[in-house]
Amino acid sequence: MAQARSNRPISPHLQIWRWGPAMLVSILHRITGNGLAFAGLGLLLWWVGAVAGGEQSYQTFITYVWTGNGASPAWLTAILGKMVLFGLTWAFFQHMATGVRHLVLDIGAGYELNANARWSILTLVFSVAATVLFWAFVLTRG
Amino acid sequence: MGNGTSIGRVRGLGSSHSGTHHWLASRLTAVGNLVLVPYIIISLALLPAYDFATVHAWLAQPLAATAMVLTFINTFYHARLGVQVMLEDYVHEAPGKLVAWVLVNFVPVAAAAYGIVSVIRIALGGA
Repeated sequence: MAQARSNRPISPHLQIWRWGPAMLVSILHRITGNGLAFAGLGLLLWWVGAVAGGEQSYQTFITYVWTGNGASPAWLTAILGKMVLFGLTWAFFQHMATGVRHLVLDIGAGYELNANARWSILTLVFSVAATVLFWAFVLTRG
Repeated sequence: MGNGTSIGRVRGLGSSHSGTHHWLASRLTAVGNLVLVPYIIISLALLPAYDFATVHAWLAQPLAATAMVLTFINTFYHARLGVQVMLEDYVHEAPGKLVAWVLVNFVPVAAAAYGIVSVIRIALGGA
């Protein structure tokens, strides 16, 4: 549709609106969802393919994503790998919390302004807390 | 069907008759993910170690392998629906839209197939 570009008025975009919790978590839902779709599922595929490939390919995965010992690029990618894993964990918990929020909104509940803002903020609290607790559990046990 | 305003160009084209299904499938797969993904990450968190033998033995168990296969089907379906909505919002011009539409139909299926074949190999391949 080449003629789609015209000087007719278009709807205002992000910079026009005053930021609020509902707007923030709605945007985060999209960002985390697409992040999980591309980076999360991509990493999951690499991992399961590495396990299926045998001990050596699994070790390559672990080296590049987590331990970083050995070759010099692995040292850098392991730092990035950890950051991506922590980020994906947060993204999952955030997307899960805002996803549940959407299911509640879908049945017609939670539109009262104060309740809506409160539950929006609680999704942020939940995602950060769950991420910290998850990694604290994984990293601190023997 | 006119060619002036945006609304004029789409008037009369009718509905695609698949919007409700897309919406419902997104919610159903969301509920599925709500069960499957926590099961996977809690199982991973509870593994005694992360060496190859431990991880491989866990994934080779029928329950874990089944959950993993279902996770690949469900997450890629859910992701494909969500990414499609994102593309529809941001890709408006004809060539990019066509390419995006082809990719969003092919890539998730191919990727999920790779994941499922990997799990089957782990579960049935011995070693």
